Amino acid sequence: MQLRLDRERIAAARELAAEIAADLDELITGSTTTSVERAYLRLLGLEGTDEHGVPLPNVVVKHIHDGDGLGRGVCYWVANAMYRHDLSLDEVAEGVETGALDLVSEKEEAPEKVMPVLDELAVLGLKKIDKQREKRERLQNELGVGKEPQLYIIVATGDVFIDASQARAGVLQGADIVAVIRHTAQSLLDFVPFSAVTGGVGGTYANGENFRIMRQAMDDAGREAGKYVMLTNYCSGLCMPEIAVLGAVERLDVMLNDSMYGIIFRDINMRRTLVDQYVSRMINGYAGVIINTGEDNYLTTADSFEAAHTVVASQFINERFALESGLKEEQIGLGHAFEIDPRKKNSLLYEMAQARLVRQLFPRSPVKYMPPTKYMTGNIFKGYAQNTLFNLASVLTGQSIHLLGMMTEALHTPHLQDRYLAIESARYVFDAADGLAKELSIKPGGRIERRAQKVLADAVKMLEEVASVGLMEAISRGMFADIARNPDGGKGQDGVVVKEPDYCSPFIDLLRDKEGSAHGSDASHAIR
Amino acid sequence: MDPTRVMPYGDMPNDGATQLSFTLPVPAGEEAKEAARQLVAKMGFAEPSVAHMQDMGESFSFFIVYGRCTATVDYAAVRVPRAEFPLLDAPRINAMIAKLLGRRLKVFGACIESDAHTVGIDAIMNMKGYDGDKGLESYKEIEALNLGAQVSCEDLVSKVVTEGVDALLISQVVTQRDVHVKNLTRLVDMLEAEGLRERIILIVGGPRISQELAKELGYDAGFGPGTHAGHVASYLVFRLQQHEDEAPGNPLPEGSFHGSHD
Repeated sequence: MQLRLDRERIAAARELAAEIAADLDELITGSTTTSVERAYLRLLGLEGTDEHGVPLPNVVVKHIHDGDGLGRGVCYWVANAMYRHDLSLDEVAEGVETGALDLVSEKEEAPEKVMPVLDELAVLGLKKIDKQREKRERLQNELGVGKEPQLYIIVATGDVFIDASQARAGVLQGADIVAVIRHTAQSLLDFVPFSAVTGGVGGTYANGENFRIMRQAMDDAGREAGKYVMLTNYCSGLCMPEIAVLGAVERLDVMLNDSMYGIIFRDINMRRTLVDQYVSRMINGYAGVIINTGEDNYLTTADSFEAAHTVVASQFINERFALESGLKEEQIGLGHAFEIDPRKKNSLLYEMAQARLVRQLFPRSPVKYMPPTKYMTGNIFKGYAQNTLFNLASVLTGQSIHLLGMMTEALHTPHLQDRYLAIESARYVFDAADGLAKELSIKPGGRIERRAQKVLADAVKMLEEVASVGLMEAISRGMFADIARNPDGGKGQDGVVVKEPDYCSPFIDLLRDKEGSAHGSDASHAIR
Repeated sequence: MDPTRVMPYGDMPNDGATQLSFTLPVPAGEEAKEAARQLVAKMGFAEPSVAHMQDMGESFSFFIVYGRCTATVDYAAVRVPRAEFPLLDAPRINAMIAKLLGRRLKVFGACIESDAHTVGIDAIMNMKGYDGDKGLESYKEIEALNLGAQVSCEDLVSKVVTEGVDALLISQVVTQRDVHVKNLTRLVDMLEAEGLRERIILIVGGPRISQELAKELGYDAGFGPGTHAGHVASYLVFRLQQHEDEAPGNPLPEGSFHGSHD
């Protein structure tokens, strides 16, 4: 089932995406944020909270930000104090907490002198991630992984122990990937709620404790089910880089990670989240995590048929940003969705065109295919039929990650039987159509191919326009998802700081040095 | 059919045929099946029969059970509170606003507090609308602004003050643990505390919102699933007309203000 696509047009799309990303390079690599700096402290091993429950990385970074010192990097100031007073990292944090130390008014020693005091901690921090990466590889070799399209379920109870129990049931029923939905609006919290394992609303708090509990539960369930279960969470919102660190250390496998989504749907400041995303993706890349992008969401606000090309255009941009951070194509799970109005004649034809187009444009990407949500009505029986067609489109077009549609979408978070019924339907359709795609070919010059070619052509046109005005201006004009955001608006802008020439962090080089890092590489195979 | 004694109709009138599905936290087996049957009998269904049992792992079992409903309802006596107002088309709505108000009607929409789900408010507010029915932005006599997701009550109340808003449309989609009730109550309390409540038309919408709940929480109207922008716009005109009837000659809704700093 191959579409014939214009290779030069695909190459042009990638060149335009590179141009769009390059335009923001100075902003992204020339700035840091409060959350990036907190992530570095977490990588150095700083944990716990002060007596008011504020996480220590927040306490220290706020202290330095208040003293206008963040442009040099939190690592410099901490190292300076450690060097001068012969203190440990924890002791420095304690000194800040009690007010005994004022890091930015200390005498400033030369960075060459002070930075080496962090070397050991930095290497130790990354070793924790190396170990988890090795363990993932070992377990995947030993147990195997789910067959594509991999079945992805969500749990969202607000209580990690109930999440774990429901997820175990899902894995035994056939799920390959489990995502824990976050507490409603956690993306807008500018700290990671320490040790909150219950009490979430609409989902469960994302934090190190909950990651650890779910990881253990999924390792156990995976052993029972005879495969390595991938665990997913949300590396998005104001704490993107910190969640990346926690996920890397606790061996999460998949992270939703997309600043375009945060800008458009959560009204997070563009500069803040683009910088946060850059560092998060370096960490995700280092940890061997697959990221998922959120282009599917555009179709929930914009018209799913008319705006199909905006998804593809954004995917090219997102791919470029991810490559810039050092992610490999195999780690870039681009998102798209089955969201065309089911009352539209031939909707399945258009869905197949789009799904196959995305598959062919990004052949190595573990693309993530999202189920119908916008036109789910509460008629659960019709919803079940819509999901069946979604399942068929997915297996025929060769999708990688298949987020299971719930018949009760639009009603409530999934009930136990909703998940079971979804898995049963998907398994049935995947088995029934297992070899079908190999027996079919897309009619050359037919409606599917013409539709795919048109979406690609429109995407290239849109990329040309975005490249000519710049990404931030394009977003301001509402070119994505029909939602407009202003570069100076949104949440978290006060946490963005321009790096000074003597900015220090031991991690940028260490994260980059990882063997096989694909920094700046091209997704060229798809062009030739 | 006897309208005073209505019951489900499956294959024959008054057969009471009802299908149920649910999960029990017990391992699948003969005992689980019997437990499901007994449970449905205790719900008041006659002749419960388990059509399907499925082991779902982790000691969970899924059941599809049929039973004969024995309860009836007096359909003739059923009363549902709803906002009663005539449905108008867009040209008529625009003409009525021009006539009643002599200026454009200013309407702000928002998902408040933690709610990030804008599907509903987008469908009502945005130009494109939903299902072929254009949103409030498309009405030439309505100045519609969609504030989007996660707008805090504080921000919203301060906007009402500084922008001279005539009507607020609040959307609440997330309803776990009644978080929507808390959010909606908080907004009304703040509007009342600022003396703004009576000056604006306050509407709430969402998949779990009814007119009854809206009234209970102190809103003028509540709109549930299936509502289009045309319904909301018609209701706004209806309220303007109501005011005109009560206070003829006054071109403005009660206490409405346009100064930027009242």
